[in-house]
Amino acid sequence: MTGKQFVVVTGKGGVGKSTVAAALAITAVRRGQRTIVAEVAARDDAARALGGRAGAPLQETEPYPGLRHVTIDRRTALEQYLRDEVPGPLPALLLARSRAFEVFVATTPGMSDLLTIGAVWELLQRPRHRRGASPYDLVVLDAPASANLVGLLAAPRAFRSIARVGPVARQSAAIERTLADGDATEVVAVATPEQMPVTETLMLRGELTRQLGIELGAVVVNRVVRSPFTAEDLAAIAALEDDTAARSARWLHGRAQAHHEQLSRLRKGLRGRSVLTLPLLFERRIGRRELEHLADLLERREP
Amino acid sequence: MSALAGRLADKRIVICAGAGGVGKTTVSAAVALGLASRGRRVALVTIDPARRLAEALGLDRLDNEPRRIDGAVPAGGGLELSGELSAMMLDVKRTFDELITLLAPDVATREAIFANPIYEQLSTLVAGSQEYSAIAKLFELAQTGSYDVIVLDTPPSRNAIDFLRAPDRLTGFLESHVLAVFLTPTGHMFRAAEIVFAAVRRITGVGLLDDLTTFFRLLSGLLDGLGRRAGNVQRLLVDEQTVFLVVTSSEHAPLDEAIFLARELQRNGMHRAGVIVNRVHPLDEGPCDVATTARRLASTLGARLSNAVAVVHEDVQQLARRDDAALARLRATLGDPAPVSLFDRERDLHDIAQVAQLAAEVLR
Repeated sequence: MTGKQFVVVTGKGGVGKSTVAAALAITAVRRGQRTIVAEVAARDDAARALGGRAGAPLQETEPYPGLRHVTIDRRTALEQYLRDEVPGPLPALLLARSRAFEVFVATTPGMSDLLTIGAVWELLQRPRHRRGASPYDLVVLDAPASANLVGLLAAPRAFRSIARVGPVARQSAAIERTLADGDATEVVAVATPEQMPVTETLMLRGELTRQLGIELGAVVVNRVVRSPFTAEDLAAIAALEDDTAARSARWLHGRAQAHHEQLSRLRKGLRGRSVLTLPLLFERRIGRRELEHLADLLERREP
Repeated sequence: MSALAGRLADKRIVICAGAGGVGKTTVSAAVALGLASRGRRVALVTIDPARRLAEALGLDRLDNEPRRIDGAVPAGGGLELSGELSAMMLDVKRTFDELITLLAPDVATREAIFANPIYEQLSTLVAGSQEYSAIAKLFELAQTGSYDVIVLDTPPSRNAIDFLRAPDRLTGFLESHVLAVFLTPTGHMFRAAEIVFAAVRRITGVGLLDDLTTFFRLLSGLLDGLGRRAGNVQRLLVDEQTVFLVVTSSEHAPLDEAIFLARELQRNGMHRAGVIVNRVHPLDEGPCDVATTARRLASTLGARLSNAVAVVHEDVQQLARRDDAALARLRATLGDPAPVSLFDRERDLHDIAQVAQLAAEVLR
């Protein structure tokens, strides 16, 4: 991830995508990079884990020292886009308020995704297109679940094929170039060592290559359980039968074995691509302290 | 009969909803099997089951119609299948096509819609299309009368609530006068539409707008049918015999979502049959700090191993305490009915005997 400008963090719902995105962003801040975490569809999971709250849509806040955060929703992205691209205040205002235009945006395939990815892409511009906005070295996108990611990233290309001229086509082409540039952009997949998340990660890799020509970057496997017990240990523990502690030990060991199998399956499917693992944290909630701990682990494991 | 089994006994539709990754599909399968074992004719509609669960259920392909799978259920094992169980995986595109076929006034309109590039994208790519088609399928199956109860596994939306809003959004969209603006601009509406169209043309080019206008024109022939249907679907969702099971884990974000969802159900006049907390860890009521546990086990396991086991036990108890706090929070915020908790398994479910075990747990 080092040296990238744009890191897209995705994964199946419920695997801890926002946690990993926030931890990765903390590692970048520690390297001295001006970093922002962007969430879409007006979500604020990463902001809350960082100990802050999201601002209004498109408002850049600082929930963690040195780390900025922004949440992007379609409507605000649309208004922003119209302000930037349509000359004169009246047409822009009229369009933004027009129900007909809203329906146009909602029904036009890829338009909504294009506006979202466009607002993220704007964060990468130096100087920024938004007047008075500060520039960033790195944008970490806490992206939609892997099932919807390809749609989001494919929007510029899809849109360019139906809208061949004009400002949208120009901007789409620029976004496409950034996404396709392996030196600038990396897609990071987050998974847990379970059946469905592993399957989705492997499918995502194929889809990224096939539909977008993008190579999947690092894969982070979150919430991995490891067992400290040997076979002899387990035999001794078995003698305790229904003791509550023995039950915990057996559960953990069984879970660790299942995780090991899924990790092997993932590694085999990814054929040598780097897989970073993060342990299951037993704490009740993921807050700043836990994120910093995960950031330490990521720093140590990153090549 | 357990409280939950009782609340599901005479229902015709059971919708499992909740955040992604909490095990909704598995719980749906267990509920369906449990109801079939109580003598009912059940259809299970799943969205995207894990491969092994799909295999366990005998679902090896998308065919968009429920198929009998009760032959795969092993005899004995504490679960006698006195009813029938059918299951299907939802095919979003086909469900949309079926809907258009049903509502199109003539073959020419139908074929023109299928050929329109906007339709192609709408039915496959656009967010919410899974929700629309899941509800459309549910409605269609409810009409057939071939099943006593339909169990629906909802799509893994980032916001579980999107599912509830799908028919509303469709109705709102159809009732809006916006379509009229696209189709027959007149008077001052015409002026506004002209400005919008000019701007759209300027920023996107001409072809897109033409496709879009054609699509809306084609769709206008179906509007009455679609509107009536959306109204019927809405009535079905608030019907007394339609209930929701809210599925969650004890983690913070899914739990927040479950509580939000439960409140939204109430606000929208829909009925909640229960809350299921999945992947709960057994709580040790006794003292379980590392030192106490290690002392208790030392004589059997020796110093090193008793200490290692004690550390693991304390970690697992942290999870158990989180689960317990989650259950308490659900009871406090949602009141009755008491949440059903399901214990965390070491492995993903992968055969129907395990689904049957889970069924016994859910409807115990």
